[in-house]
Amino acid sequence: MIDNIYPEISIQTADFSLADEVALLEENNAIDGAVVTFTGRVRNQNEGKEVTSLTLEHYPGMTEKSLAKIIQTAKERWRIGRVKVIHRVGELYIGDQIVFVGVTSKHRQDAFAANEFIMDYLKVQAPFWKKEANKDGINWLDAKVSDENKAAKW
Amino acid sequence: MIKVVFFAALREQLNCNELSLSSENITTVADLKAQLASTDEKWQQVFENTSLLSAINHDMVDSEQLIKSGDEVAFFPPVTGG
Repeated sequence: MIDNIYPEISIQTADFSLADEVALLEENNAIDGAVVTFTGRVRNQNEGKEVTSLTLEHYPGMTEKSLAKIIQTAKERWRIGRVKVIHRVGELYIGDQIVFVGVTSKHRQDAFAANEFIMDYLKVQAPFWKKEANKDGINWLDAKVSDENKAAKW
Repeated sequence: MIKVVFFAALREQLNCNELSLSSENITTVADLKAQLASTDEKWQQVFENTSLLSAINHDMVDSEQLIKSGDEVAFFPPVTGG
């Protein structure tokens, strides 16, 4: 199973619990004083249009490999402890959680920076695609130049 | 043989998840794109899109990257996860 090769990464249709994920990051981890988590959710509108649902597609195998590379780069750049990345796929509705990034470190600066770095790179490198349903129909979303710019800043 | 896979909007436009083709006459990703584009007018149009991304064996690559028999080559639109 891919999950065993990449214990820090989970691509799943099921929802996740922020509390459970934080507990796992903290369990038997007394050396890290900082735990930084990010949770991304489905918004009720996008570019002025009311969203009804999202469908997330990904490229199994490449997704895990690209996230593993991003995590590896973060570990080389900052002094961080544990990392967990969860990304949901399939059909999601307004308010649903889509993505989780959790990072621990001894002191907060490393965990803050590494968390944002992982999220910014996930946005432009990990092979996920969103299809959005709104009152006008169903469309694949276009990539945003602003996301490319954010990732390029690192 | 080369395995070629398509994702998201590209998969839907082509109405094709994956295909296999002979690696003969294909040296680079650009060669493969040209061959796929020659299928018909629709494929030609789709592969004219310069924003398409490509990967070989799950690593992002550019058009100059060499392809060898047994590789899995993927084409897809810019990613929109997160």
